[in-house]
Amino acid sequence: MVKIHQRKFISADPEKCVGCQICEYACSYSKEKAYNPIKSRIRLVRVNQLANMAVTCRLCEEPACVAACPRNALSQSEDTGNIVLDKDKCNGCGWCIEACDYGAMMLHPETKVVYVCDLCKDKPDGPQCVKWCPEEALTVVTSDTLAQKARISVIKKLFQEKEEKQ
Amino acid sequence: MLGYAGTVLYVDLTTGKTRTEKLTEETAKKYVGGIGLGMKLWLSNSKAGVNPLSPENPLVLALGPVSGTMFPTGGNGHAFISKSPATGGVGEAVSHGTFGAELKRAGYDAIVLTGKAEKPVYLWIDDESIQLLDASNICGKSPPETEDAIKDELGDYYVRVASIGLAGEKQSKIANIINEKTRAAGRTGLGAVMGSKNLKAIAVRGTRDITVAKPDVFMDMVREFHERMKGPAVQKYRTLGTVDNISVTNELMCMPTRNYSASHFEKTENINAEVLNERYVAKIIACNSCAMRCEHEALVREGPYKGSLARMEYDNLWALGPNVGVDKLDAIIRAAELCNYYGLDATSTGVAISFLMDCHEKGLLSHDQLENIDPHFGNGEAVVQLVEKIGKREGIGELLADGVKVAAEKIGKNAAELAQHIKGLEVTGYDLRCLKTAALAAAVSFRGADHNRSGAFALDLRGKVDRLKAERGRGKLVKENEDIFALIDSFIICKNARNTLYNELGDLAKLYSAVTGAEVTPQDLSVAGERINTLAKLINTREGLTRNDDTLPWKVMNQPISDDGPVKGSVVTQDELDLMLDDYYQARGWAVEGIPSKEKLKELGLQEFQNIVEA
Repeated sequence: MVKIHQRKFISADPEKCVGCQICEYACSYSKEKAYNPIKSRIRLVRVNQLANMAVTCRLCEEPACVAACPRNALSQSEDTGNIVLDKDKCNGCGWCIEACDYGAMMLHPETKVVYVCDLCKDKPDGPQCVKWCPEEALTVVTSDTLAQKARISVIKKLFQEKEEKQ
Repeated sequence: MLGYAGTVLYVDLTTGKTRTEKLTEETAKKYVGGIGLGMKLWLSNSKAGVNPLSPENPLVLALGPVSGTMFPTGGNGHAFISKSPATGGVGEAVSHGTFGAELKRAGYDAIVLTGKAEKPVYLWIDDESIQLLDASNICGKSPPETEDAIKDELGDYYVRVASIGLAGEKQSKIANIINEKTRAAGRTGLGAVMGSKNLKAIAVRGTRDITVAKPDVFMDMVREFHERMKGPAVQKYRTLGTVDNISVTNELMCMPTRNYSASHFEKTENINAEVLNERYVAKIIACNSCAMRCEHEALVREGPYKGSLARMEYDNLWALGPNVGVDKLDAIIRAAELCNYYGLDATSTGVAISFLMDCHEKGLLSHDQLENIDPHFGNGEAVVQLVEKIGKREGIGELLADGVKVAAEKIGKNAAELAQHIKGLEVTGYDLRCLKTAALAAAVSFRGADHNRSGAFALDLRGKVDRLKAERGRGKLVKENEDIFALIDSFIICKNARNTLYNELGDLAKLYSAVTGAEVTPQDLSVAGERINTLAKLINTREGLTRNDDTLPWKVMNQPISDDGPVKGSVVTQDELDLMLDDYYQARGWAVEGIPSKEKLKELGLQEFQNIVEA
């Protein structure tokens, strides 16, 4: 089983994200052969002009969506940590949608079962949103690499401020 | 044919009745979309001489063939078309964001709005469900507030909204229509048309799939244009933004300053793009589908205007800065934010204020009229106060709220000489006295004073022609540029992205075919561009505009540039203008009076409107 620290998911850098929604189009085109944000596994939120960020599945440890499903339709892959849906078991009740803190679980408008980011596991070149993001705001990360990034950026900022004061 | 939804929605606001009509392939191909399709729908649904602010004047909202796809900028635009209350001719303004893409997903290519609602309403388009909902509790709100209130009421964050502010509600002829808080269909006063219909907002949610005819070709084009958008063609927009033009026009001595009193601003170093970006730009954001992302959000972090946030571009910075002699960026940003708050075209608002300042300086106004505002050039706080007054149509704002042409008529005396407008639409930030190709383009522009009908100013600025000379040949150049721009506004590709169209017509033809599956040649599109410009001229002719309206502001023709340097003494004389007008009409195949010939109409497939030129 993949360890939590190595589990990969897609993360958006709010500093870099400009809110262009290209990730939504790349996802819906790749998954559904149509340009339609409501069929995208990643969604952009612009809270105001200064706050833009795309959100998708975080592949949580002890995922609430899996725990919430009353029909055992959801499970977490031991190999990748991906959330896996058994379409035959899902009746679209939406408890997983309610349980997810990130709004990553969505009900498909046509199939009426839930869908979620699977990191484009069938694509040799990986997640399509990451590939298409023109700002390089999206990256495939692990919690370890995210923490490293945050650490480095906060220290850089600290020393930059120090230099500016001198 | 893919690309188009194939449906035009008609909404009668008087009766609340709606109906749909099929958009035929023939009409779609002929008029492309956007302003082309919008003008065709307007002309076919209106009567000659219609009062722009009457229920009988249709307001058309139109999309392009690539709207809703992920083609950068082309996917996200929309256009409003109507008879302009400012000019009495064709009014059109395009905007980008996400609104247009959402409307295409709802299943429409265009909406024709007629009539007038009994009380304020907003139009709620939820795919095929169309409702007029009560807007009485959102009246008076700004477009950003309206958007939030409607999303709240409908309980859906992904609803997209285009709305008017108080200025539109009060039918100010410089009012605009704003979508997604900062994006405006700005020019020609179409906010007033919407207000005259008691229509506060249009809210839309579309859930249908958009597909294209040749996905592989299309996706390769998207990838290619993403690369072009990261390259040198649009580097200016990505980095410093359009505001960078402040330094360019200033150095070339073609930046109208203090209401055309000078052609350069001596304090430009206080307000240029470097200062704006370093001290004020808090974030650069993108419209839907765009890899260029050029929208610079400027935030005031301290001082009396602390907290003000506005999208800054060359146009609003010029209009509320050098044009009114102001070199304080915090006041300029606050004034720009207020223009958005009230739903005012920032260009026209700035020119209305510079006009007032000029009148004040020349002693044309009484002390009582000014209500303790001190409108001298350079007073940023006065500019902020005046935007508020105009937005509310209060006191001196009432005088200015319908633009400079109307204001000059009210003031009388020689105020008209200070009113910088063409056909009733205020000028933009390019001194036409020393940009003679741009001067011709502005004179013939069907929507009035504007640089965005042809972009011919770029020929002058880049030295492709001698900008101080009026000569034959400029007519053809303006015509060619107008045809491209009409097409761009019919595809609804963003003007800031035009430089990514390396092969202009070739790129557009390839895009059209990839999306719709219909094969068109660059030549077909060139003819379509000419057709759309001629159609606009037909509208203006039907509404009574003549060669006399293809003219320039008084100062451009009578007050030579006084700044020292290579442009000193520049002015456009009537002889020069006549020479260029004749040349332009000839290039267009129009008669000397600027009326399209029957042969030209036949050639362009516009015979159905032949009665207009026979009248």
